[in-house]
Amino acid sequence: MNTKGNWILILALSLISAPLVIMYGFQLIDSISRPAPGGIIPQEWELTNWRFLWTSIDSARPSIWRVTFNTFVFASSTALLVCAFSITAAYALSRLNFSARRFFLAGLIMLHAFPTITLIIAIFIVLQFLGLYDSLMGVILVKAALELPFGIWIMKGFYDSVPWEIEMAGVQDGASRFRVWRELILPQVKPGLSALLIFSFLAGWSEFILPLVLAPGADAQVLATYMNAVIADDTRPDYGLFKAIGMFYALPVIAVYLLFQKRLMNIYGGGTKG
Amino acid sequence: MRIELQNFTKRFGDTTVIEDMSLSVASGEMVALLGPSGCGKSTTLFAISGIHRIDGGTLHFGDRDVTALPPQDRPVGVVFQNYALYPHMSVAENIGFPLKVQKLSSSEIKRRVSEMADLVQIGNLLSRKPQQLSGGQQQRVALARALVRKPDVLLLDEPLANLDAKLRLEMRSEIRRLQRETGITAILVTHDQIEAMSMCDRIALMKDGNIEQISTPSEMYERPASRYVAGFLGNPPISFLQAEANGQLALGGGNALALPNGITATGPVTLGVRPEHFGPQHRGSSVAGRVSFIEPQGREDLIDVILPDDQRLRAIVPAGHDITLGQEISWQVDLDRVHLFDAEGARL
Ligand SMILES: Nc1ncnc2c1ncn2[C@@H]1O[C@H](COP(=O)(O)OP(=O)(O)OP(=O)(O)O)[C@@H](O)[C@H]1O
Ligand SMILES: [Mg+2]
Repeated sequence: MNTKGNWILILALSLISAPLVIMYGFQLIDSISRPAPGGIIPQEWELTNWRFLWTSIDSARPSIWRVTFNTFVFASSTALLVCAFSITAAYALSRLNFSARRFFLAGLIMLHAFPTITLIIAIFIVLQFLGLYDSLMGVILVKAALELPFGIWIMKGFYDSVPWEIEMAGVQDGASRFRVWRELILPQVKPGLSALLIFSFLAGWSEFILPLVLAPGADAQVLATYMNAVIADDTRPDYGLFKAIGMFYALPVIAVYLLFQKRLMNIYGGGTKG
Repeated sequence: MRIELQNFTKRFGDTTVIEDMSLSVASGEMVALLGPSGCGKSTTLFAISGIHRIDGGTLHFGDRDVTALPPQDRPVGVVFQNYALYPHMSVAENIGFPLKVQKLSSSEIKRRVSEMADLVQIGNLLSRKPQQLSGGQQQRVALARALVRKPDVLLLDEPLANLDAKLRLEMRSEIRRLQRETGITAILVTHDQIEAMSMCDRIALMKDGNIEQISTPSEMYERPASRYVAGFLGNPPISFLQAEANGQLALGGGNALALPNGITATGPVTLGVRPEHFGPQHRGSSVAGRVSFIEPQGREDLIDVILPDDQRLRAIVPAGHDITLGQEISWQVDLDRVHLFDAEGARL
């Protein structure tokens, strides 16, 4: 590509993304400074907004570390569940010829596009019936279930791109079907698996509605609902504090993206290269 | 190990791909399954390997009935068209995988892998990954992996299709060498007649899920059982002429040939003349026509002749002739070597 075209492209992209960058910039700046009342220029650098890390911001709330731990458990359990079910279900859908296969495939596509929020009342009732309402376990199961169609679909794409012959060769070499899957096929879809793991972890990390509705109690609070509570029930909202918590909440996401962006791209590329 | 496939039938859903086919391969023999795309060669091969379940018939290896055995338990090594190497494993791990499955000790695996690698001449590549190998080397790894278990039967599905012309030549003799050295019974699937003729003891020529003829390459070339077989083998291909048998072979347009020895048929027949059996250098009954095309090939030229009734004959003529395009000629057909087929295409 010629350099002039490049510059125009870069300029256009910069202009479009400028508002976002400015917002993120000020989120960071405001979290560690105090602006003049009514202004935006920082007056004084200070860390008081980050006090939530070492003190309880008010007595009624659980400590941030407890909430962070919850969020981590929520996100990673969801990710593990999604991956565990996706790699097996997708293999079956891709390779095995069972009778209801077409039905499952069609169902998968439909669920994938389904506005899941419309199910929330039904889910609420089911959870209450099972005694899982207002527990982290309950939200984990629900979130994992809702993420599954996406995960299975993605993994099926990866399995589909592994040549049949590899599987046949393994069987002919004397290995059982399960062993072929474990030792020969699974390594081929590893790029997809790691992408899915990261992706569903992030999906769990940023989930808000499900914990809000299905686990509103203090014990099962996650960072998203914690932030919501901080901003919602104060008479005089402390935006500095809110921004600092937001920063804290976003840091792991940014870190994960920076560390794993190559692997995440696999999901969109869909190939097994890499 | 003798392979005996009897009354084999295979269906995919409602379509019957192969019906009532029988094939027997003698111990230590290498047989080619030759035929056009979609005639059921791979299907047959994978039925023997156990990957496809058989819908009818029986399969014996030696005296043992293996019809119901899963592929894991059949003493069969398979080489796939795309080699199907395990991309995440090194060459040594690829070759050793079948042994690892058999739970051999790692020192034993190592010994047999290096022995096998030496046999296929890739001993120096053991630590590479498949992506770091050339097509021919990948092919050798695939062969080594198929043979390392010391199976009784080796099955090859178009093993040379993905190689370039030079490598194909090399691997052709290499595969044959391995087969001879190990004395293994082998079946080679191919749609390349040269491959089948040069590598195998016998050829089974398939058409629409049936074996049209099975015999040695030379016998199949010289005494094709049907018009289909005659047309499939030979490059440049055989020419077919419509003729009327009535004491002689009337070709129309005034041409007529004597009936070959021992033929008593009357009525419409098809005459098959290979290009090497027609030309000015032969002796026999002559056919008149006009030269319509000359294709120089170096040592010899391919010459198309158009007969008065618009049928075509092709001749191979040694280079150094003075034949020109459009020339009227009268050349001889070697009547001892022509093939006659009845209206259904069966040999007379
Ligand atoms: N899994 C399958 N499901 C349905 N039909 C199949 C299946 N496998 C093969 N067939 C059909 O069976 C017929 C024979 O296929 P096969 O693969 O044996 O052909 P082939 O002789 O090996 O051809 P090629 O030279 O192209 O490999 C084809 O018409 C094919 O469409
Ligand atoms: Mg085939």
